Amino acid sequence: MSGLIKSSIARKLVMALSGLFLVVFLTQHFVINFTSVIAPETFNQWSHFMGYNPLVQFVLQPILIAGVVIHFVMGFILEAQNKSARGVSYVKYNGGANASWMSRNMIYTGLVVLAFLGLHFYDFWVHEMAYKYVEVKAEDPTRYHAETVEKFAPIWRTLLYVVSFVLLSLHLWHGFASSFQSMGVNNKYSPVIQKIAKIFAVVIPLGFAFIAIYHHLNPITH
Amino acid sequence: MKLFLKIWRQKDASTKGQMVDYTLDGVEGDMSFLEMLDILNEDLINKGEEPVEFDHDCREGICGTCSLQINGEPHGPDRLVTTCQLHMRKFNDGDTIVIEPFRAKAFPVIKDLIVDRSSFDRIQQAGGYISVNTSGNTVDANAIPIEKHAADSAMDSATCIGCGACVAACKNASAMLFTSAKVSQFAQLPQGRVEATDRVMNMVRQMDLEGFGNCTNTGACEVECPKGISLENIARMNREYLAASVKG
Repeated sequence: MSGLIKSSIARKLVMALSGLFLVVFLTQHFVINFTSVIAPETFNQWSHFMGYNPLVQFVLQPILIAGVVIHFVMGFILEAQNKSARGVSYVKYNGGANASWMSRNMIYTGLVVLAFLGLHFYDFWVHEMAYKYVEVKAEDPTRYHAETVEKFAPIWRTLLYVVSFVLLSLHLWHGFASSFQSMGVNNKYSPVIQKIAKIFAVVIPLGFAFIAIYHHLNPITH
Repeated sequence: MKLFLKIWRQKDASTKGQMVDYTLDGVEGDMSFLEMLDILNEDLINKGEEPVEFDHDCREGICGTCSLQINGEPHGPDRLVTTCQLHMRKFNDGDTIVIEPFRAKAFPVIKDLIVDRSSFDRIQQAGGYISVNTSGNTVDANAIPIEKHAADSAMDSATCIGCGACVAACKNASAMLFTSAKVSQFAQLPQGRVEATDRVMNMVRQMDLEGFGNCTNTGACEVECPKGISLENIARMNREYLAASVKG
């Protein structure tokens, strides 16, 4: 880790690669979640597979957690270094004149997403760990859809999720497109890449918000 | 027009500075920003006060000496101009103008609005050159054919005047645009390829040692650069650096 943070360009690359990895994760997470709206049976099957497949549980899950940790720890290191590089603050600094709000506030949008991850882990991951390893309950491949829908019954949780997805969208708006520049990609294809990255930044969080609102509005009635 | 100026005054590097208010009348729209400061200084000298120190030299936008953070932007609100090329017609009668030195830990204030930008010189000295033996057998640079697109692009990079506006504008006080322009002006030419690996490694190392911040691709530098140096240079430097790191 110390070698990685020695050079400013290596630090950029670490942020870009860990960010892109999280973008790939978000995509597969969204695809599986979306089945909870259109095909509850499939959602149950895939959730059960993700929860009990040893490769997913003991290889992919630790890699994912490492990706998240590296991304936010490096984000904090960069922020601290960048703050100190200014030295004396400007009395008047017109940041909005030359850079987007999203690009200037990555630390804040990132912090909200990180806080959301805490809630999200508490809601689903901690519950799963308790189910499997503490309470040691029997495998039940049919429970996931009902459990997920039930989570979104309280309006406060649905709202917290939706607000977090808005902040995630703002974070991705700058972050996804910017990761290509950090990797040195700036050529004739860049305008198209930027456009696709920005569409992704809107569509995926919007989709996650839709799923949360859909489940809030369509509770399971027995 | 009548202007209300808030100017950073600082006796020397070790003394704490502060903003001081001045009112200046009779400013013409055709004056440059530096001429406006000249008039203020004449007033101050006539009153027996200490004039405001600021950097300037060519006053035609090519030397990179003038600086100033004007109303929160390096070289003021106009685009693709240095402070000496900024006309007072960009301001209105009764405006308040906040004038500060470029702020970065690597650009310490010497006095008032003058900062020490020798950190840029040290980045250049770390690799911003090509080694040529001048002992009587120098080859004419034009003897090597160079593709026009590469020559033009290298020239675009070379138009960086090293004023430091990129650092001043960047929320992270990063010097990536300057360093990347100086890496790029050689990286695109056959003469520069010979030492390309060492150049990018050494210049980036020096840039980091000077205490500049990290680039987060906000693009503020590109917008504020008086010479229009583009972010493509930073992407190129990233590629050069990553390739050089792999080569070792």
